[in-house]
Amino acid sequence: MVFGMSVPMTLLGLLEREPSHGYDLKRDYDTFFSRGKPLPFGQVYATLSRLVRDGKIVVGEVEPGVGPERKRYVITERGATEVESWLTEPVEAEPNLQTVLFTKVVLALMLGRPAEEYLDIQRATHLRRMKELTEIKRAGNLVDTMLADHGLFHLEADLHWIDTTAARLDALAKEVRG
Amino acid sequence: MTAVEARDVKLSFGETPALRGASVAVEPGEIVAVMGPSGSGKSTLLHCLAGILVPDAGEIHFDGHRIDTLSEHRRSVLRRDRFGFVFQSGQLVPELTAEENVALPLLLNGVKRAAALKEARPWFERLDLAGLERRRSGELSGGQAQRVALARGLVARPGALFADEPTGALDSLTGEQVMDLLVSSAREQGTTVVLVTHDARVAAYADRQVIVRDGKVNALVSA
Ligand SMILES: Nc1ncnc2c1ncn2[C@@H]1O[C@H](COP(=O)(O)OP(=O)(O)OP(=O)(O)O)[C@@H](O)[C@H]1O
Ligand SMILES: [Mg+2]
Repeated sequence: MVFGMSVPMTLLGLLEREPSHGYDLKRDYDTFFSRGKPLPFGQVYATLSRLVRDGKIVVGEVEPGVGPERKRYVITERGATEVESWLTEPVEAEPNLQTVLFTKVVLALMLGRPAEEYLDIQRATHLRRMKELTEIKRAGNLVDTMLADHGLFHLEADLHWIDTTAARLDALAKEVRG
Repeated sequence: MTAVEARDVKLSFGETPALRGASVAVEPGEIVAVMGPSGSGKSTLLHCLAGILVPDAGEIHFDGHRIDTLSEHRRSVLRRDRFGFVFQSGQLVPELTAEENVALPLLLNGVKRAAALKEARPWFERLDLAGLERRRSGELSGGQAQRVALARGLVARPGALFADEPTGALDSLTGEQVMDLLVSSAREQGTTVVLVTHDARVAAYADRQVIVRDGKVNALVSA
């Protein structure tokens, strides 16, 4: 659910909460953000060294012993500022599906292909996914519910678009065929 | 054997064709959501399946028996004994308390008052309504009233529950609570459910969705 770009920010955010070890960061990440796709240790440490290199975190006192898990990471002023601005910046409201589906629908109409069928297939796919997410919601905890709801509301918006477009196909066909 | 089935059902209101050969088959214990545009014939189909309307052509079956050929009297007995209903809103009897409303189907079936109320009461705990037993419908919120209506629809352990936009008057969180309870209660007692809704989030609680368009039922097509 949390995409590649967000891993450094999420780890940085966890460190903003309190200084922590790589192992604990991974555990917290997996608990709250990974949604069944654990973050590999390699990626945790690679990300942490990049954050150190960029001056967003520093290595605090190293506890006696060997191995990377002895290192305690502390966020810097710069890192904290970055977390702050990332949090306040809105996520791009990307109407992704519509763009792809829109292209498909218009092309289908131009080519005299069965646009309505494509929309029906998309509707079925959406409803099936909504059912899966609803099952997750009914079985899961509040964190699962919130994530599932996020997906459900987006899929619902797409469905509204699909239904409205299906209802307008004839008019749309006239327009794109000229 | 299917629990509830329409076979090529046609029905017109005067000149207006509402159903033009609608077919749908629901398995025992299955929860099916009927979706589709406004005016496509969803409510009409539900009323045919529930033996409220009689089609002009086609057949309606319940539990292996054809019901559209039964007399009006026998259909009304069937509805009372075997079916439960939940509609959008405003369906509680305002003069009765919430627990009397829940007990109503049992009272109509000839169960004695004390026994009927005894049967009705556990539903208040189950549907998170404890303490509201003595309220009248005017003293309940929309979501509470709808849960009372749900309890009333299920209290007689009907073979089939017919619901038309049961969450239509509720906000989405309250609507989902009602659906969650509807699904778990129906599963618990093995009740077959046919649910009309235009809300995809509500339909997602069902085992299966069908779409009514221009008086016909489309199964969902897959890629
Ligand atoms: N009692 C009636 N008398 C005349 N026409 C009716 C009656 N009930 C329904 N119709 C017509 O039959 C068609 C199907 O109506 P129906 O109520 O089944 O639609 P619906 O899919 O439930 O719509 P909605 O989503 O708006 O509730 C519509 O054209 C409607 O105007
Ligand atoms: Mg209707």
